[in-house]
This record gives sequence, C-alpha cells and structure tokens, in this order.
Amino acid sequence: MSSSAETTSLHATGELAHHFETIDQQNQSAALGMWAFLVQEVMFFGGLFTVYLVYRTLHPGAFAEGSHHLPVDVGTFNTAVLIGSSLTMALAVRCAQLGEGKKAALLIYATMALALVFMGVKGVEYSHKWHDSLVPGLKWHPEAGADAHLNLFFALYFVMTGCHALHMLIGLVLMVFVARKAWRGGYTRANFLGVECLGLYWHFVDLVWIFLFPLLYLLHAPGGGH
Amino acid sequence: METRSSSYLGGEYGLRSWFLTVDHKRIGIMYLLGVSFFFLLGGLFAVLVRLELLTPPGDLFQSETYNKLFTLHGIFMVFFFLLPSIPAVLGNFLLPLMIGAKDLAFPKINLLSWYIFMVGGLFTLYAMLAGGVDTGWTFYTPYSSTYANSHVIMAALGIFISGFSSILTGVNFIATIHKLRAPGLTWFRLPLFVWAHYATSLIMVLGTPVVAITILLVAVERLFHVGIFDPALGGDPVLFQHLFWFYSHPAVYIMILPAMGVMSEVIACFSRKRVFGYGFVAFSSLTIAVLGFLVWGHHMFVSGQSVYAGIVFSLLSFLVAIPSAVKVFNWTATLYRGSISFETPMMYALGFIGLFTIGGLTGIMLATLAVDVHVHDTYFVVAHFHFVMVGGVVMAYLGGLHFWWPKMFGRMYPELLARVASIIIFVGFNMTFLPQFVLGYLGMPRRYHVYPDEFQVLNVLSTAGASILGLGFLMTAAYLPWSLKYGKKAGANPFDAVGLEWDTPSPPPAHNFDTPPVVTHEAYERKEEELVHV
Repeated sequence: MSSSAETTSLHATGELAHHFETIDQQNQSAALGMWAFLVQEVMFFGGLFTVYLVYRTLHPGAFAEGSHHLPVDVGTFNTAVLIGSSLTMALAVRCAQLGEGKKAALLIYATMALALVFMGVKGVEYSHKWHDSLVPGLKWHPEAGADAHLNLFFALYFVMTGCHALHMLIGLVLMVFVARKAWRGGYTRANFLGVECLGLYWHFVDLVWIFLFPLLYLLHAPGGGH
Repeated sequence: METRSSSYLGGEYGLRSWFLTVDHKRIGIMYLLGVSFFFLLGGLFAVLVRLELLTPPGDLFQSETYNKLFTLHGIFMVFFFLLPSIPAVLGNFLLPLMIGAKDLAFPKINLLSWYIFMVGGLFTLYAMLAGGVDTGWTFYTPYSSTYANSHVIMAALGIFISGFSSILTGVNFIATIHKLRAPGLTWFRLPLFVWAHYATSLIMVLGTPVVAITILLVAVERLFHVGIFDPALGGDPVLFQHLFWFYSHPAVYIMILPAMGVMSEVIACFSRKRVFGYGFVAFSSLTIAVLGFLVWGHHMFVSGQSVYAGIVFSLLSFLVAIPSAVKVFNWTATLYRGSISFETPMMYALGFIGLFTIGGLTGIMLATLAVDVHVHDTYFVVAHFHFVMVGGVVMAYLGGLHFWWPKMFGRMYPELLARVASIIIFVGFNMTFLPQFVLGYLGMPRRYHVYPDEFQVLNVLSTAGASILGLGFLMTAAYLPWSLKYGKKAGANPFDAVGLEWDTPSPPPAHNFDTPPVVTHEAYERKEEELVHV
C-alpha cells in the first residue's frame, strides 16, 4: 500500500499495465498465461502423437521400414543442436534476470543461429526425401516391395516435423523482437517476463523434438527398440 | 451528463475507438454484434430446413442443396454462435466486473481473439458464398476427404482459425480468475458464474487444440491425398471420429457450463436468496468439465467401435448426469421458500430448468447403448440436443442478456414486451422440438429432406412451432436495440441483485470501478438477509 506513488509512476511509464496493481501481479499473470498456453500446445501435439500411436499399432511393419529411411546420425546432430539452443536460451533468461540486457540479447541471437542450423539441416533432409520420391501426395514412388502403408509413416513424418518447424519459425520471429528489446535495455531485474515466456516457449519446442526424434528415427523394430 | 461521459460507452465515439479498443466491455459488445450476425445466419438456414420439411416430397430443394442447408445451419450455430455466445459476450463483459478487476489479464490478446474469431467467420462465410459445404457440421471422413465435393477446406479452415480465438479466451480467463481477484475475494466467495467460466476455460484450453490438429489432418489429406483417414491407403476413418468427438463432446460443455453460470446468478437474484449448496454447485462445474472428456465414445456406438468400449462409454456418460442433477436440484432448492419474482431473466431461467431437464434425461436415454442403437441418427437425437442447446444455452443466453442489459447499456428493456416474448419463445420452442422426439422414436432419420406421408402432421407441427419461435426471436431483436435509445434509464442495480458488477454505475466507467472494491462478504450474501424469512 505504501508503494502507491511508485505504482502510479510505473503506470505512467507504461512498464506496469493499467489494470495491474504491482509488477509482481503482472509477472505472475504473464507466466500463468504462458503455462496455460503451453498446455494447449501439449494437447495439440498430443493429438498428433495419438494418431502416430494408433497407426504404428495398426501398421508396425510400415513404421519400422519408414524409420530406416531416416538418417539417425543427422537426427542425432540436430538433436544436439536443438538442446544447445535450449542452453543458450536458458542462459539468456538468466542474464535478463540479472539485468544484463545486452548479454541476454547476444545469447538470444546465438539461439537463433542454432535454430537456423537445425532448420537448415531439416531442409536438407526434406530435400533428400524429395529426391528419393518419399513425399506422399506430391512425389511418391517408393522402391518396389515397400510396405503398402509406408505413405502413412511419411505423411505423419512430414506433418509432425512440419508442425514442429512451424513452431520454430514462430519462435524465431518472436526472438527478433525480444532480442531487440533486450539490447535496448527494455527488460529489468524486476520485469523480464518477456524473455522468460520466450524461454518457456522455446523449451517446449525443444521438448517436442525430444519426443519426435526417438518416435520417428530410433524405433526401428515393430515392438520398439532393436 | 457527467456519468455518461465517463462510462465506457462515452469518451471516444469513432469506429477507430471501437476497432482498436482493449476494453473488455467494448470487446464484449463487439462479440455481441458478431455472434448476433451468425445467429441470424444460422437461423435463416433453419427456416429453409423447416420449410422444406413442411411437406413429405422434396419440393423446395434438391438433396445436395438440403445437405448444404443443414450443414451451414449446424456450423454457424455451433461454432460461431453457441460456443462464443455466453463466454465471449457475457463472460468478457462481466468476468472482470464480477471479480473487481479493471480488465482481463491480457487485454490486447482479448482484442486479438475477437479479430481471429471474425476472420474465421469470414472464411466460413466465403465457403458458404462460394457454394457451401455438405458434410454435416461434424465433417466426418470420408464425406470431408475422399468423397468431398464442396468447399470443405475453406469452411474447416474457418473453424480451425476461430478455434484459436476460443483458446486465447480460455487462457485469458484462467489467468484473470487466478491473478486479478479483488482483495478479500477468495475462491469460495466467487460468483458461480465465475466458477462456471473457469471450468469452461479449462475445456477450451484442453479440448480445442485437438480439434485443430484434426482439422489440419483432414486438410492435409484432402490437399495431398495422403490417406490419413482413407482406409484404401491404410488410414482409419473412425480415428477421425474419435479425435473429433474428443473435442466436440466437451465442446457441448463449453456451451452449457456458462449457461449454468448465468442460471445461478439469475436464480439467486430473483429468489432473493443465496444459492443453495454453493460448494456443490461450484465443484459440479469442474466435475462436468473433467467427466466431459471421458464420454466422447457415446457418439460412436454404431460406428464400429468395440462393444466393450461402448459399454464403458455408456457407463461414463451416465455419470455426467450426477453433477448436472446436483445443479438442477440446488437451483430448485434455492427457489424453495425464496421470495420469487418473475422478471424476464427469471422467466428464461425457469424455462431453462424444465427444458434442460428434458434435454438431460433424454441424453441418459441416448447414452444407453441398446436404446441408442434404435434411435441413433433419428430426429430423437436432433430433438435431444436442441433441448440442451436451444432450451438450455439459448434460454440462458437470452436470460443473461436481459439480466445484464441495463448494466451493459444503462437502459432497461421493455419488461412487458420482453416477458411476452419469453413466453412466445418457450411455447414456440416446445412446439418445434417435442414432435421431433416422437418423429425420431417412430423412425424418421435426420438429414433427409424426403419422408413418408405419415410423418407429415408432426413435421407441420414442428415447422409451425419454429415460426412461433422465430417470432419471439424477432421481437427480441427489435425491442433490445430499441431500448438502447428509448428504454427507461437504469440505476446501478435495477434488480436489487448482489455482486460486484452491481456496485458500479450502469454503464460502468472505463476502468470499471471508481474505487477499487474490497470484498468482505460471502457470495450472494444480502445485508438484509435476516429480513428475508417467508
């Protein structure tokens, strides 16, 4: 209550939105909103994983064969890159927490660079699938003797990794704005929620890949594992 | 004059001040205009459907046209009217007022969700103008994939987009209810309207993304012919139904839970009593939200789902009756020895209790495996869900709209005219849909425009009822806008109701409260409570 003058000045600078009483309330609301949003993201990808699970159970042979077409080494490299990007993002959040805006911005740029590496590699993988005629609907001529339902595996492969890539793209766009604001000192020790929410989002995108990678690349045998 | 200029309606007047507003109250009004437009559109298709069904042969439309009519009726009514109606209009307007906040937690996202909703609506409108959709509102594969010959993608895209509006609204409500309550307003002092919207928001956030990805998969299948739901290519059309109903059954509760929230407010006000069993009514909302996610299979008893799954889904569906009955009994107990008056909102609330009970009990009949096999896809089902959707949601929406109309605009609606309209709507509604129970039981299938001669009498009755119902709606659509200019001026609390929204002027100031409220009393507690003992 004693801080009503301080509250008024925060309202005046726009740092505190008019409908909040304290910075703390504003931060907690933003964090809660972000977590609720991530819950809906879990359900979105959850739907996809369910479809994967059902078709994997119905057509184990096709899914085992499909995963053999995916290069495990490339996937492993990309997984490492993405986990690395989560590290730089986590460090960026830490820097923002400490009020080191410029450092935070640089770390976000590093995260962007790693994300671009991931997407570049993914693009090369996609082009190989195109070259091998393994793109259902557009260019689909699997080798003779391929499983009749191989198309389902690849349709899901493209939808799942495509949705993931789309989320990365959205993350990249957000990073441009947050990094610029961080560089200009737009975040303070008390108010760094923009970076924190971006971090939460990015870790979620990372986490989705942690599930996609084994499901698509590693589970070769119908029952799972070798 | 002074209060007028400081209200949220005053100050700025230009279109720009509306289209760029972040005030939850103005956004609520913008939703009101949007959903009213879509309700009119959906109603228009209902009129055409009922006209065709006046006579046994298909004399007005061909089968293809008729398919498009009932599909567009369903799509506009479900996705663009029923789902957003109470949460996006009344919820948006009232939630911050009821909890003593200045706005929702994320005002800009709130505005964004209105734009997303309208863009989604425009896509679906385009699909309608370009030639329509004929899959039924459920978009079942393979109607919507392999054998689709209408503008499925455009219509589905519209629903996909508007779904994000629903998700963002849910996220916004959850954060608001958690973090923006006035000092002293503990969870168990919240109005039951707020509890209902909290439960609704949970479903919006948990359910909507699943239908979004499902629609996306249908679009991918349709654009690239990859066979995700096509059995010829290894896909499974029944999987589509599972995914669709995983959202679309809980979506029924997105529609009915806010309606139940309105009911609690209206009944408490016009019985001059606290709601009986507050805690039970609050938790029954959450119970309905949770159970709602476990019953989707009752839509698929005859879809080739395993019999054992059917038995389990049947049993789980019965369970939903328990929290629903808790609400109905508690409202009835609230009425008991209350000091009841019959203003228009109360007329709708009492109508709701009767109609929702019929809708709910016929739902139990349909959840019974063996009975459902008999009446599945007949007019019995159509009558059942119209009792819940129209008899429930629309009644509550209209009741709520009248109840808070003076709060929203500072003017009273014409009481006598409104009461007459509510009776006309009640009579028209029953005359439209009671015959459909009989038609369905006798075996008339839904979604056909040609029927045997012996069904004509009941169909004529239904169409006649629909025109009475339509008259009631038209009256309401005429006198409510009329009252904006000519209605009696309303004070802060014209109905002598209890709740923070009634402590602030009508219409409320832009920042809702001149002095931030502090709550010291329980929900619905009246200061003169000791005086009310009949």
